[in-house]
Amino acid sequence: MFENREFPVEFHAQINGLLSEGEIPLAWFAPDLDSRLHYAYGLVVLTNRALIGIQPHPQAKHHAFSRSFISKFLRRTKKGDAPDSKRTFKTWPLTSIVSLRVTEHKGIGTLHLLDTSHLLTQWKFTTSQKVHAHRLIERFLELKESDKQKADPTSSLTETTPGVPRDGEHAVLLDYAPAAAPPPARSLFRLFKFARPWTGMIILGFLLSVGSIAAGLVPPYITMPLLDKVLIPYQSGKTADFHRGGWYLFGLAGASLLAWILGWARTYVLAWVSERVSANLRTITYTHLHRLSLEFFGEKRTGDLISRVSTDSDRICYFLSVTLLEFGSDVLMIIMTAAILLSINPFLAIVTLCPFPLIMWLTHRVRTVLRRGFSLGSRAWADMTSVLADTIPGMRVVKAFAQEQREIDRFQECNARVLQAIDRINTIWSFFGPMVTLLTDAGLLVVWIFGAWQVFHHHITVGVLTAFLAYISRFYARLEAMIKMVSAIQRTAASAHRVFEILDRVPSVPEVVNPIIPGRFRGEIEFSQVGFRYGSRKVIDNVNLKIQPGEMIGLVGPTGAGKSTLINLVCRFYDVSEGALMVDGTDIRRFSIEGYRHNIGIVLQESFLFYGTIAENIAYGKPDATRSEIIRAARAACAHEFILRLPDGYDTLAGERGQFLSGGERQRIGIARALLIDPAILILDEATSSVDVETEKEIQRALENLVQGRTTIAIAHRLSTLRRADRLVVIERGQIIEVGRHAELLEKRGSYARLHRVNLEMAQSMAT
Amino acid sequence: MKNSHERNDEHQKKRDNAELKNSFSFSRDSLGRLVLYYEGREYSDVKSIRIFPISDPEHWVSICDADGNEVICIEDLTQLPDQVHHLLLEELGVREFLPIIKKIVAISSRFEPSEWQIETDRGETCFVLNDEDDIHRLSTYRILIIDAHRIRYLIPDMRRLDSASRRVLAHYI
Repeated sequence: MFENREFPVEFHAQINGLLSEGEIPLAWFAPDLDSRLHYAYGLVVLTNRALIGIQPHPQAKHHAFSRSFISKFLRRTKKGDAPDSKRTFKTWPLTSIVSLRVTEHKGIGTLHLLDTSHLLTQWKFTTSQKVHAHRLIERFLELKESDKQKADPTSSLTETTPGVPRDGEHAVLLDYAPAAAPPPARSLFRLFKFARPWTGMIILGFLLSVGSIAAGLVPPYITMPLLDKVLIPYQSGKTADFHRGGWYLFGLAGASLLAWILGWARTYVLAWVSERVSANLRTITYTHLHRLSLEFFGEKRTGDLISRVSTDSDRICYFLSVTLLEFGSDVLMIIMTAAILLSINPFLAIVTLCPFPLIMWLTHRVRTVLRRGFSLGSRAWADMTSVLADTIPGMRVVKAFAQEQREIDRFQECNARVLQAIDRINTIWSFFGPMVTLLTDAGLLVVWIFGAWQVFHHHITVGVLTAFLAYISRFYARLEAMIKMVSAIQRTAASAHRVFEILDRVPSVPEVVNPIIPGRFRGEIEFSQVGFRYGSRKVIDNVNLKIQPGEMIGLVGPTGAGKSTLINLVCRFYDVSEGALMVDGTDIRRFSIEGYRHNIGIVLQESFLFYGTIAENIAYGKPDATRSEIIRAARAACAHEFILRLPDGYDTLAGERGQFLSGGERQRIGIARALLIDPAILILDEATSSVDVETEKEIQRALENLVQGRTTIAIAHRLSTLRRADRLVVIERGQIIEVGRHAELLEKRGSYARLHRVNLEMAQSMAT
Repeated sequence: MKNSHERNDEHQKKRDNAELKNSFSFSRDSLGRLVLYYEGREYSDVKSIRIFPISDPEHWVSICDADGNEVICIEDLTQLPDQVHHLLLEELGVREFLPIIKKIVAISSRFEPSEWQIETDRGETCFVLNDEDDIHRLSTYRILIIDAHRIRYLIPDMRRLDSASRRVLAHYI
């Protein structure tokens, strides 16, 4: 019944007691501040008959001296203690409520409950409850609406049940719910999914690892008989079996050679695989980025995203190719060595391995600290990259305002944070590394003491002791190396986590399961009760508009009125929250996104030129366009002749931002780009507002070619730009205020007439 | 400007007639400038411009009048009568300067700025490369180098260079 949140348990009984027969709770929200703006806990429930509410009440009023005490207290109450019996719910029948509205001021919201002339009550809340408060109000308005429409409210309400969330709302909820973040350590295991295509090679690499380690463990084993059977008898005066000694030496050499060859093959194979795994990961991440809606890019910083795709995936690659390889073989080596030690002399082996658990425990402790340190470091690093990504493209602004020093300071601040994060890691690390060395030395010392004692008592031979020492020093050397890798592993885990954070993001413009693949549209667009909510803010509200094929619509209105949002909805950069947007009579959500966007041409305020030639930039939407098509599009966009004047004609490199082209020239290339794909629906978002009037005239001419035979939606601040529009639509605060022709609207003397007057005055004052 | 626009539309229509091939002719005036006769009009001091000088130099050529407005657009240079073809090639050869690198003889240093000694289709020369970003990869094997004076040099196919030159380029690409 209630969206995705849990209804507070402690109020269940009370609310149920208050509900009459057939009364259904539809929405609720929990105001979390009392009238003096202290933290408190209340509840407002909307049912199909009434609004039930309890004022937030700071339960620990007499403990008011300590805020933390209160919050602790409250937390305990929330967990299930029965609320104060003195707190009683008040019920307002829906018929007594005339309006319910929310005001916001500096992060504090107030829900006002009014009848015809009085304020009945009000609740205060922090922004964390904002979305729910707004939703409650919307439900309330829907109820009022249906009350008005239908004479008998009780029968109709249960049928419509506005409390059931509709399709679009789920998407919005998902977007603002925190992404379920798996713990960093698990992220590493998820990397295996990307390794699956190369399972065969990985198994080969693993077998090679086992082989090379086994071969590496042979030499100490051979030293045992070499000492005991050949050298020591010889030293003590007996005749030595030199023939046998020769074989042992040969064995030593052979084992080393074998270990070398196998090690070589292993390193190559595993490095090969890991490069592929990480390349795969990079591609998948980048592909996924393209699938995310524009909303995602609005809230993330470019530098951070770049660093995730490049640096973080590179770290993962390094981990897979170097660290994991060594780590794996070290683990194998340690297990095998322990097994050999136990087989030679179990008693001695157990004594030698004494410090091992201690080291493991220490490692575990340090690991958690390091993990936190590294994810902190990664974030600091991303912040620093973000500063670069912000500043470098905005260099002109920085220089113009002479803010170089400030930018340097900003960078330095981030750099200092990186340093701080890394310093913290180093402090732990510098202590931990030598500590492990000390412990391993202690282990060796134990072997010496204990071994010497055993040799004196003739329990073991010198050869066994030598072999033991050789093994144990390897054992601890490997252990030490392995433990030092803890830092690399934690660093990678943090990186992997950051990469998976992107991959786990669900696109908020989802494609339906069986999308319709559209051909060319006729170009009829219909907005039917379209609403769009950005967070809790309603940007578009109940827009109804039908646009005929081939019609040109001009969108007019003040900044922030929702013009660009309407266009974003038509482009399907976002999905509508309410109502439907239909093209040629079909809801656009049913089309495949790619097929749908092929029908849409867009010219933005600033045409973005990609690195590549002018011809490639014009053909961006249709890479297989022929040369004559490109030239035709450029001609129609009045761009052909200036392109001919460029040093390499159509082959001139446009550069990343096309700096050497003027704004008007870039814009005309943008128009040619839109013309080339011959879209059924054309969108002009302030296409001429960034250029001077003279250039605008030229572009206007290009646009006239572009508009013919297409449904066009144009936004412009200069009303003169829209003189060719068939209808003008005036938008204010997310709603359509006026629709009509230029002359009609002027006669109305409404918003448009006012805008027109201002425009004229502007033009006149500029002329004088 | 408006005038040029109308003319532009007019030309587009004319071009579509595809009878362009033989409907124009050239001559040189006393100053050695190219004169175009087209549709009974005379355009003096016309410029021939390759539209795709790098990706398709053999076909697309635009003839512009002295003000830079396009008069005719030739889709396929090779289809023209030999005499006109030669005249235009000669004209383009003088107007356009895009040396094609045949061999990289030596470079002064691996670090920029470096001096390159090269052999081109127009003879041997030296240039200074300011920045490794000035070596552009146009397609997999097609490379454009821009020197410190913004002069451009083309390597149409990297694979066809000798191995020493390829080794130098491999450092950058």
